Amino acid sequence: MTTVSMTVNGKPVSAEAEGRTLLVEFLRDGLHLTGTHVGCDTSQCGACVVHVNGEAVKACTMFAQEAEGAEVTTIEGMANADGSLNVIQQAFQDHHGLQCGFCTPGMVMSAAALLKENPKPSEAEIRDYLEGNICRCTGYHNIVKAILAASGQDVGAIAAE
Amino acid sequence: MYAFDFEKPSTVADAVAALKAEEAQPLGGGQTLIPTLKQRLAMPSKLVSLTGIDEMKGVCVADDGAVCIGGATPHAVVAREAAKSYPALASLAANIGDPAVRNRGTIGGSLANNDPSACYPAAALGSGATIVTNAREIAADDYFQGMFATALDEGEIITEVRFPVPEKAAYMKFEQPASRFALTAVFVAKYADGVRVAVTGASEEGVFRWTEAEEALSSNFSPDAVAGLSVPADGMIGDLHGTPAYRAHLVGVMTKRAVAAAG
Amino acid sequence: MPKDHGIGASSKRREDVRFLTGAGQYTDDINVQGQTYVHFIRSDVAHGRINGINTSAAEAMPGVIRIFTGADFEGIGGLPCGWQVTDRHGEPMKEPAHPVLAQGKVRHVGDPIAAVVAESYAKARDAAEAVEVDIEELPAAIDMKAALEGNAPKVHDDLADNLCYDWAFGSDAAEVDAAFSNAAHVTTLELVNQRLVANPMEPRVAVGDFSRATDESTLYTTSQNPHVIRLLMGAFVLGIPEHKLRVVAPDVGGGFGSKIFHYAEEAFCTFAARQINRPVKWTASRSEAFLSDAQGRDHVTKIELALDADNNFTALRTETYANMGAYLSTFAPSVPTWLHGTLMAGNYKTPLIHVNVKAVFTNTVPVDAYRGAGRPEATYQLERVIDKAARERGVDPIALRRQNFVTEFPYATPVAVEYDTGDYVATMDKLEEIADIAGFEARRKESEARGKLRGLGVNCYIEACGIAPSNLVGQLGARAGLYDAATVRVNATGTISVMVGAHSHGQGHETAFPQVVAEMLGIDESMIDIVHGDSSKIPFGMGTYGSRSIAVCGSAMVRATEKIIAKAKKIAAHLMEASEADIGIKDGQFTVAGTDKSVAWGDVTLAAYVPHNYPLEEIEPGLEETAFYDPSNFTYPAGAYACEVEVDPDTGKVTVERFAAADDFGNIINPMIVDGQVHGGIGQGIGQALMENCAYDENGQLISASYMDYAMPRADDVPFYTVDHSCQTPCTHNPLGVKGCGEAGAIGSPPAVINAVVDALQSAGHNVTHIDMPASPQRVWAAMQG
Repeated sequence: MTTVSMTVNGKPVSAEAEGRTLLVEFLRDGLHLTGTHVGCDTSQCGACVVHVNGEAVKACTMFAQEAEGAEVTTIEGMANADGSLNVIQQAFQDHHGLQCGFCTPGMVMSAAALLKENPKPSEAEIRDYLEGNICRCTGYHNIVKAILAASGQDVGAIAAE
Repeated sequence: MYAFDFEKPSTVADAVAALKAEEAQPLGGGQTLIPTLKQRLAMPSKLVSLTGIDEMKGVCVADDGAVCIGGATPHAVVAREAAKSYPALASLAANIGDPAVRNRGTIGGSLANNDPSACYPAAALGSGATIVTNAREIAADDYFQGMFATALDEGEIITEVRFPVPEKAAYMKFEQPASRFALTAVFVAKYADGVRVAVTGASEEGVFRWTEAEEALSSNFSPDAVAGLSVPADGMIGDLHGTPAYRAHLVGVMTKRAVAAAG
Repeated sequence: MPKDHGIGASSKRREDVRFLTGAGQYTDDINVQGQTYVHFIRSDVAHGRINGINTSAAEAMPGVIRIFTGADFEGIGGLPCGWQVTDRHGEPMKEPAHPVLAQGKVRHVGDPIAAVVAESYAKARDAAEAVEVDIEELPAAIDMKAALEGNAPKVHDDLADNLCYDWAFGSDAAEVDAAFSNAAHVTTLELVNQRLVANPMEPRVAVGDFSRATDESTLYTTSQNPHVIRLLMGAFVLGIPEHKLRVVAPDVGGGFGSKIFHYAEEAFCTFAARQINRPVKWTASRSEAFLSDAQGRDHVTKIELALDADNNFTALRTETYANMGAYLSTFAPSVPTWLHGTLMAGNYKTPLIHVNVKAVFTNTVPVDAYRGAGRPEATYQLERVIDKAARERGVDPIALRRQNFVTEFPYATPVAVEYDTGDYVATMDKLEEIADIAGFEARRKESEARGKLRGLGVNCYIEACGIAPSNLVGQLGARAGLYDAATVRVNATGTISVMVGAHSHGQGHETAFPQVVAEMLGIDESMIDIVHGDSSKIPFGMGTYGSRSIAVCGSAMVRATEKIIAKAKKIAAHLMEASEADIGIKDGQFTVAGTDKSVAWGDVTLAAYVPHNYPLEEIEPGLEETAFYDPSNFTYPAGAYACEVEVDPDTGKVTVERFAAADDFGNIINPMIVDGQVHGGIGQGIGQALMENCAYDENGQLISASYMDYAMPRADDVPFYTVDHSCQTPCTHNPLGVKGCGEAGAIGSPPAVINAVVDALQSAGHNVTHIDMPASPQRVWAAMQG
């Protein structure tokens, strides 16, 4: 066991980790931040996406010790300072971009990373960027729509609700 | 996963020293190795992370014009920083895995693993790149030695990869629908002294050069030049997603498209 | 103006706030003080005899608490099957034992052999490698038809063969045969409805706990129906009476059918917690999910359609082989029979229909309901054979369908069910409009100019939802009732908790159900909360599957709310010194007809709990009512779907360019949620049509055992969908007039996609009359090679 220290959602934290402890295990079991989910074991579903030093990574495919000293942001750190939903979270609610909610934290973290590097993505760019986030509930329609809306683009013309 | 020790050195020398331990294994971005460890298909005593070694990171252009990429450079960085100097390579890097994978996965890790469906081996072989390790320089033509097999010795680390920049190049990937790895993909690069065509995803021997197409394209760099050519289905991978015949067919289609895209 | 509250409003989902902030509580987020962790040792062969298990070395390893094997479960019940099908000769289906841990034999890759309970998952798994299992591999039965041959290996030694049942249903077979003899044209199609894996994004989890103080067991589990699990596990497996067994299904990350069933891991964790007197937790990895979640579909069918000279459908005949896998999962026998055969009439007035289904045991993971369950299989074969018939007869596939539509309701089909309402012409009209069918030829030309083949596929579907009346399903072999229950608990201040037997795992019940109660009472939705998923908090419930929640449980909630209103009116009448018959309720106020007297909802509820001025001699204090609702019929959502695809002729890759769905769900509670349900169903249907394939090799190894090989649809595999549910023929037999919408998308979409692929290929002169799902690039390319 080694003590691993990092900053998570703006707060310095330390906890014990083995060499094989994954970042997602460190967050969920060590810090009780259970918003980051595990949906697969082959690095594909994206339910575990968090930001490490500002970049989206899959927390199930990174060891806790690799994040020593890093700035980590999880879904628990995404809301506005007053606790209200941030623009992306609010767009997901407004446009019904989630159903069971299990993939949602990863979707929100990926969407945030996308909008940081591409503030006005096209529909195709959004779909391409979400290649590593699988949702089984929504058929992606309202997720894509929510991200378009969160980027300030008009979604009125998109079919259906 | 089995238990192991974790070490994150900050110099190549320290990494090489750490890898001398019995059953020690280098860890690049871990995007393939960590899933493998989860399945308990590997049992290292120690993992030596290479991502803390600054001298192994970054993209630069050497005096001879070659694009040099540090072995621990993530795909996302290559996609950004090689966009001007070697657009076809940058574009390849920008389509490996997904954005989160590209932020962790490294070129050195990909080449050391030499997955038969990975993208970077096609770029390295197709560009006639030089694989630079802590111990030596290896020509791409000598480096790839079949599925998951390379010229690397135990404990040898890829510190840099040098890509001669071609006049024209493009990479065309036909994705396996589940993994999004290459079901078959082709890297085509036109140099002053000839054309190189590297195929990944298709062969049971891993990445290979399609010499017949190279010869045809060297005299006429156009899609039509390869229209009548085909690779034999023998030795192609057959699985749930593609028969050997289908992969052989895709080699032709993707080559033509890569030539067209290279312009 | 769309409504902004109550029934018909697109109220934003209240549950989203916790899911969007990481505050959801899924089963794996639950940790019980002192918990242990279990790792299951699973078979890596499809069929084998267990000659011995040596656990002694493993037991000595660090952190190991106890290792269980099949011997620990001798004398304890196996996993029960909840539906008994009777075969064509009147005999009950074969029903082999399904032990919690393997007894003597393993019958599929993934069959649990032993369980290591330790202080951590890592220690449990470390120790599992030291358990020596001596298995003698046996020849395996994998292919269904081969499994029925005389020399096939037997999955269950105590059965005569691998046939679970041979079921026949519908019109008299001789009459059907005669109709075929007299037909002007017969269209025949053989097809495969491939095996799928449901793949909810949350893998299954179970946490078993036991209190010595109260002798009570608690199971936290990823279930769509905690009461059903309590019933099956308590009564049939472990012998724990209901009042000593609590089953909790907290936030559940999707189910799609796969979390209906009672699984071995649930029984194990509950049992082991009692044995070791500590909580036991199991969290499936995705790899484990592929080998242990019940899988879906897996039918091989021959369907024949007879037409007269005017292209009227005169008879339909089908023969289906349905894979049960190695054991009978909870509702498996009902899927190819009562959820499939009864839907073979589709939207058409075919007078004679005969259905034959042979259910087969194989050495594969058990198969059970997956989104749609039987109805997608029925719809796919019917809508494919109609499309093929249209091509053979040279008629427009839409016109052929219209010509044969059922147009008068109620309509009794030749396959037992009676459609109460519907308007198939209206949904087809709507589809032609929203899909812009008229503009297709121009789009095809545009695609062709880019070197792509474009195809249009259209189909209809009907489904039977809100599986129903208990007395009927009992006759059909169900071993449970299929009602649901709700308790409406009004608090003194007027806020309400509604305890419902339905379970929300993505469907938005926490938002939609209060809309109904709010509408009935005229109060704000925010005053009403839904409680679900805990057998200790809610009266009873059969859970959520088969698009039944609002139609069945919603109806129970309406009935309970009606009782609340009736009692509240008595109280209001007393408070206003008026006659109960004159009391009305509107916008949260009780009024007296013909007067300006009123009393607020909150005053009435307060009076119920502070009964100072109260008709105590007439009614009891308090305001809480429970209703059980047992529907009198299924509901029959229906619709018409259209898909346009492009095919890359060089690679065979199919891309879905447009998708439109016109559905009739009867009345709608929350249009936003309904749209979302349809979107999700279409996404899964496109996945089945083009991508997903749960494939075994000849030895019974699962080839597509992870997301590296099982192709899950991603955002760039699908387009935006155009969906519409403005055609509404309300259900005639439930109080809300609702039909259910959860499965429609998955039922209606696969034939549209495949019809479109065939259309695209034929447009380029390829003589392709059918292509099996998934229409993967290699299959489409191979089909084009002739």
